[in-house]
Amino acid sequence: MSRFMKDLLIYCLAKAKKAKLGLSKNKGMRDIMTVYYMEAKTARLSRRKVAWITSGGPVEPLIAMDIIPVYPENHGAMIGASKMGAELCEKAEEMGYSRDLCSYARSDISCATVNGGPIGGLPRPDMLVCCNNICGTVLKWYEIQARYFNVPLFILDTPFCHTEYAEEMKRYVKRQIEEYLVFLEDVCGRKLNHATMEKVGRLSVEGQQLWQAVLDTAANRPSPMTAFDAFFHLALIVTLRGTQITVDYYRNLLKTLNDKVEKGIGAVPNERYRLLWDNLPIWYRLRWLSKKFAEHDACLVADTYTTAWCGTLKYMDENKFLDSMAEAYTRIYLNIGIDEMAKTVMDMIDKYHVDGFVMHSNRSCKPYSLGQYDIRRIVQEEKGIPCLVIEADMTDERNFSESQVATRINAFMEMIKERKG
Amino acid sequence: MYFAGIDIGSITSKAAILKDGRVIGVRVIFTGYNAELAGWNVYRELLGELGLVASDVDKIVSTGYGRNSLSFVDKAVTEIICHGTGAHYLYPHVRSIIDVGGQDSKAMVLDEGGRVKDFAMNDKCAAGTGRFLEVMARALEVDLDAFGDISLKAEKAAKISSICTVFAESEVISLISKGEQRESIIAGIHESVASRISALAMRIGVREPVMMTGGVAKNRGVVKALEKKLRMTIEVSEYAQTNGAVGAAVLAMKL
Repeated sequence: MSRFMKDLLIYCLAKAKKAKLGLSKNKGMRDIMTVYYMEAKTARLSRRKVAWITSGGPVEPLIAMDIIPVYPENHGAMIGASKMGAELCEKAEEMGYSRDLCSYARSDISCATVNGGPIGGLPRPDMLVCCNNICGTVLKWYEIQARYFNVPLFILDTPFCHTEYAEEMKRYVKRQIEEYLVFLEDVCGRKLNHATMEKVGRLSVEGQQLWQAVLDTAANRPSPMTAFDAFFHLALIVTLRGTQITVDYYRNLLKTLNDKVEKGIGAVPNERYRLLWDNLPIWYRLRWLSKKFAEHDACLVADTYTTAWCGTLKYMDENKFLDSMAEAYTRIYLNIGIDEMAKTVMDMIDKYHVDGFVMHSNRSCKPYSLGQYDIRRIVQEEKGIPCLVIEADMTDERNFSESQVATRINAFMEMIKERKG
Repeated sequence: MYFAGIDIGSITSKAAILKDGRVIGVRVIFTGYNAELAGWNVYRELLGELGLVASDVDKIVSTGYGRNSLSFVDKAVTEIICHGTGAHYLYPHVRSIIDVGGQDSKAMVLDEGGRVKDFAMNDKCAAGTGRFLEVMARALEVDLDAFGDISLKAEKAAKISSICTVFAESEVISLISKGEQRESIIAGIHESVASRISALAMRIGVREPVMMTGGVAKNRGVVKALEKKLRMTIEVSEYAQTNGAVGAAVLAMKL
């Protein structure tokens, strides 16, 4: 079958599935994501553009311009969860990339050349949008991909907020947001409709508020969800922030969770201990970890990772979305000082009534993992709860040692049991 | 009433039996290939030595890497909690424990009641453990038991910079070929082990009184190098190597 015919087939399937989804009341995450990826893969048939964007990048202008956003990091998570990370990382190492580089970056760079991974590679981009609020690796990573695909790259440089968002930072980021819009208009050859932009802004804020409300249900005892559930439900707030489908999905989810709270149904059958998770998930070991903690009647009630997609709501103003967005995207969890991070963690410990803090020291994610020992010390001093550090990697399973991690988790849980009874 | 603890480590398996809250016997054998068999053997041999039979023992707790492979025990507990319990039982005043075994090095801080407050373990790498010393002893053709005493005779310690067991071995071989004295190479090895372990201990706020346990605690050279590095006095009990098994037996008593 020719490439065109194949695309056409996928395109028709996506259309049919979308029409079907439009009729059903409760749209499942898998259905939504399937249609999303099918549409992205056949974008050229619908004459839509595809932009690759970093997970912490401002996606709303893309949605407003009817550009399909695609996330190499979300793809990295899928690669990890499908246990294909090590193979793709090795491939990148064969290409000459260091094993010390981020495993998302390695697997994305090598995947692009072989169209491998769980969905046969990401759709070819028409442009790349890179925001360095999450890390510095994305700069080189996106430059490499911009050269490989020979497409334009926009870099949004968000200065690090040690303590505050100063006036000059505000001007600097705001100016870049203006440039960002011009960039999108240039690539698409048409103007941004400001009324649409406002609507998308409102939907984005609404989606984030609903996501926060979903996560907040975990403050109940027993918690109706675990962080492992949050890792799953997270996909939409990352990829389709600013769309109605995301708002509808989380509204439904919130209703389901509130029902569980009312009936007293917990995600972990005999929830006794409540834990907080730090850093990215270990994608290829989610089931194992979730079983391991549940064995000890422990529920991971919250995490610092999934809250990042609603953590800066306080800076957002839906009536002045573009202006406030500049600040909100600059002040995300990974772009603030250690004291601020520790404060966020401690607020979560209080809010979710946490008995222990589990930190994943992630070989891949340096900005997330650097400073963890300081945060751990601050948390121990201020809150007096046990903390555990697990060494692993989010996608590259070669950095995970089961019996070592099991011993640490068991010892940690024995410690908590001794304290709490 | 008799209570037993069995600690299956990566290199050796240990058993301890308590009677009326007192240690009446301990035994150490090599683990070998079959962890369950090693656990059974060390326990059976100790029973025989003490003139006991299996039915005399009320409860058994297992610990160590092979803790889940023993079907005849009442409970499996991690070595962190067992070492904490064992140390507190032997020396109630101890507040920190540094345990260095075959493939693990770990540090624990205890509260006044002997409960583990915090712990840290080596990750991903066995440099700075018993296995590391074993590899070095082989490269130097020295009996591991003599390692400690030989290093104490050294006038200065050779610099071992490598952080990896395999690379450190080749570093040692090149020191030998340069004619470096055996004593100072061994002293250098001990210093490199001590600097790894002290970093681990400092990370969780090690405080005195400190006790060292595990097979490596028998090596006076490592203990001395560690004391120098931490600027603290380290206590070593006669049950250093079997401390985890003793702790497990104490926990069996509480079942």
